Amino acid sequence: MPDAFIELRQATKRFAGVLALDKIDFTLNAGEIHCLAGENGSGKSTLIKLIAGVYRADGGEVRIGGRARPHLTPKEAIAAGVQVIYQDFSLFPNLKVAENLALNTLLHENRKTVAWSRVRELGRQALARLGIDIDLDAEVGSLSTAQRQLVAIARALMADVRLIIMDEPTTALTGREVDALFKIVRDIQAKGIAVLFVSHKMREMLEISERITVFRNGRKVAEGPTAEFDEASITRHMTGRDIDQSAFEWTGDTMAMPRLEVEGLAVPGIVEPTSFAIQAGEIVGLAGLLGAGRTELATALFGMRPDHEGEIRIDGVKVNPRSVEEAIEAGIAYVPEDRLTEGLFLTQSIERNFCASILDRLTRGLLLQSGQIREASLKTVDEMQVATPDVVRPVIQLSGGNAQRVLIGRWLLTGPKILILNGPTVGVDVGSKELIHKQLRALARERGLSILMISDDLPELVHNSNRILLMHKGAIVETLASASVNEDQLAAKLKALR
Amino acid sequence: MKRLLARSEVVIALILILAMIIIGLINPAFWNLENLFSLLRQNVVIGIMALGVLTVMISGGIDVSFPAFAVAAMYLTVRAMVGLGYEGVILPFIAATLIGLLLGLMNAFFIRTFKMIPLIVTLGTASIVRGLLNGVVGTSIVNIDRMPQSLIAFGRTVINLGGASLTVMLFIYLALAILVHLFLTRTMLGRSIYAYGGDPESASRVGFDTRKTIFVVYALAGALAGFAGLLHSSMSWLANPRDFIGLELDVIAAVVLGGASIFGGRGSVIGTLLGVFMLVMVKNSLIILGIETTWQLVAVGLIIIVATALTALRDRKKLGA
Repeated sequence: MPDAFIELRQATKRFAGVLALDKIDFTLNAGEIHCLAGENGSGKSTLIKLIAGVYRADGGEVRIGGRARPHLTPKEAIAAGVQVIYQDFSLFPNLKVAENLALNTLLHENRKTVAWSRVRELGRQALARLGIDIDLDAEVGSLSTAQRQLVAIARALMADVRLIIMDEPTTALTGREVDALFKIVRDIQAKGIAVLFVSHKMREMLEISERITVFRNGRKVAEGPTAEFDEASITRHMTGRDIDQSAFEWTGDTMAMPRLEVEGLAVPGIVEPTSFAIQAGEIVGLAGLLGAGRTELATALFGMRPDHEGEIRIDGVKVNPRSVEEAIEAGIAYVPEDRLTEGLFLTQSIERNFCASILDRLTRGLLLQSGQIREASLKTVDEMQVATPDVVRPVIQLSGGNAQRVLIGRWLLTGPKILILNGPTVGVDVGSKELIHKQLRALARERGLSILMISDDLPELVHNSNRILLMHKGAIVETLASASVNEDQLAAKLKALR
Repeated sequence: MKRLLARSEVVIALILILAMIIIGLINPAFWNLENLFSLLRQNVVIGIMALGVLTVMISGGIDVSFPAFAVAAMYLTVRAMVGLGYEGVILPFIAATLIGLLLGLMNAFFIRTFKMIPLIVTLGTASIVRGLLNGVVGTSIVNIDRMPQSLIAFGRTVINLGGASLTVMLFIYLALAILVHLFLTRTMLGRSIYAYGGDPESASRVGFDTRKTIFVVYALAGALAGFAGLLHSSMSWLANPRDFIGLELDVIAAVVLGGASIFGGRGSVIGTLLGVFMLVMVKNSLIILGIETTWQLVAVGLIIIVATALTALRDRKKLGA
């Protein structure tokens, strides 16, 4: 029987009467790598905060190191050896690496003064413990995301730590950085420190962890050694249903006049002359490594690169948009990569977000037609299945998946012929993701919408497109029929491009 | 070398030397010891206030109430001395500092308790304090004939160096600067101000008592303003209850010029000392060159905008965006 470090017995937590955690029994053994899986709102974060002493359980008990901790505070949790690395890392961008690393220890020791030689020494030790090399005198704000994460990990390792909790640590990392992180996680484990890994990415969980606990709606629905799980079973536990894994099929006329035709399209210095065509109702994937020029190609189609060369035709008519207005006019819609910063007005209502791109159509004289706006908004909420009681709610209150559907819904209101999506389900959980995929397929099939989908999520591309364009160094190097390729083959092709 | 040039203080010092050379070329009298000492003398009051504003700006806040607090501390103290016929130096300065400190705590209370924007809070408290002072205590100037002689004598203390006289008040200013420097760089409380200015949420997660940080910051700014207010009165031999109007602009300009970031988290005492000297020197040179005072306002405004733009550019570059 392994030695339990964290034990929750019948732990319950309510927020304003709503059950966030419902009589949870949870065990984390000393020195293990444990994955906490679940969709947004399933109770993962609440559980972390119970362990970290940020929240206190309304019922049941939290035990750390074999002792019940009825009045756990963050400071006591840290003293007991629990360190949390939050998604934003909680570092100080304006301070040097050394000071960021040392502050925890100095505070822990209740120091009143700062000896800078000690700060450097603590910083040096922390980096040495992780076996990494970062300039101690660099300001944290000048580091890359991956480096900042390393600093956060190094800082967490400073005290007498026995458990490190990582909240969605891979969200902002590239594939290679994820590999490096996993190596560090294993090194940490080799020191006898447990790691609780919170994620909703299946592959990562299966690769890194020894045990998995799955949460759904505040309840523990499954737990066990990782070997007993596979992607489908975790997904089933997380969502409570089977996810449709069937591939998208397009059965149109390949000889018809293409909806979108691109001939010799180039963006000087970034995109080489490129030609391809998309038929009505087709979903075409665009795969490639970071920096392959996919986003630039998309923004050129959307009129954001007025310096583009070549020809863009829609239904046989040359359009070549030189501005976003011209692109929308021509029937092109674009859902950008980072919807939170580029796409949505977060503090504004769903309704206002919807009508933002069709304002001239909703205006009579100088005045907006609020009745029409309401009507169109309600219809779109319904169509996109946005989970909201009303349309006047600010978008910031919606979950990632719902926010993404608001953004797609807005573009549908412009009546596009071509929809370009850049990373359509980044940061969206499995259940929501499936819903978005379903809606996109329906739009292609029923409305004849042509969709160009840019994604790093290879299963997403393989399952939801009928063709995949492979882009590398600004040029399309291969066109694959999705039916004849699986995600591993696609991954191998991408790897070969490196 | 590169590392040295990356420090804002070094850049500011280089710009300062360049400006001194240019001004010296236009007006050779600039290098007279008497002129230099007179410039240093003008640094004292603005400089002490700037130390407080620097602390507030590092925490990510802003303070425009300190001239009002300074004038209240000065006028209340002097009027009390006149009324009581009290002569002395140490006790009045302690009183003025305490008045400033209490008013600073009031700023902190509103900012912390109601999560209000520091600019709005300090605009409000400045207006209230000035209004109450003039409405309740009065508007009559305490002139040299009624000023406590002990204060005047204290303000006149000089030492002779190379045939010119240098005010001893300069050394009080420098001593305070050293204390604030040590506080900001060598104490955990001082570092908590930088941490709070960098990321308030992270500061409390790491375990800083951020409430204490905010109260200390605004109390310190108020205390320094109160002290500077009375010092100004004893150096100018009068107490005018309508003094220091518009001074916040000069002081904030000097602090920004000294490399502090209006977004918080950055700034140093050395930079601020240089910024104060530069501002005083530029304003003074404009007078010597016969430029009207109205145009000096334009110059100060330009300094604020240019210096802020430069530090904003610097910060953005550091963040790699």
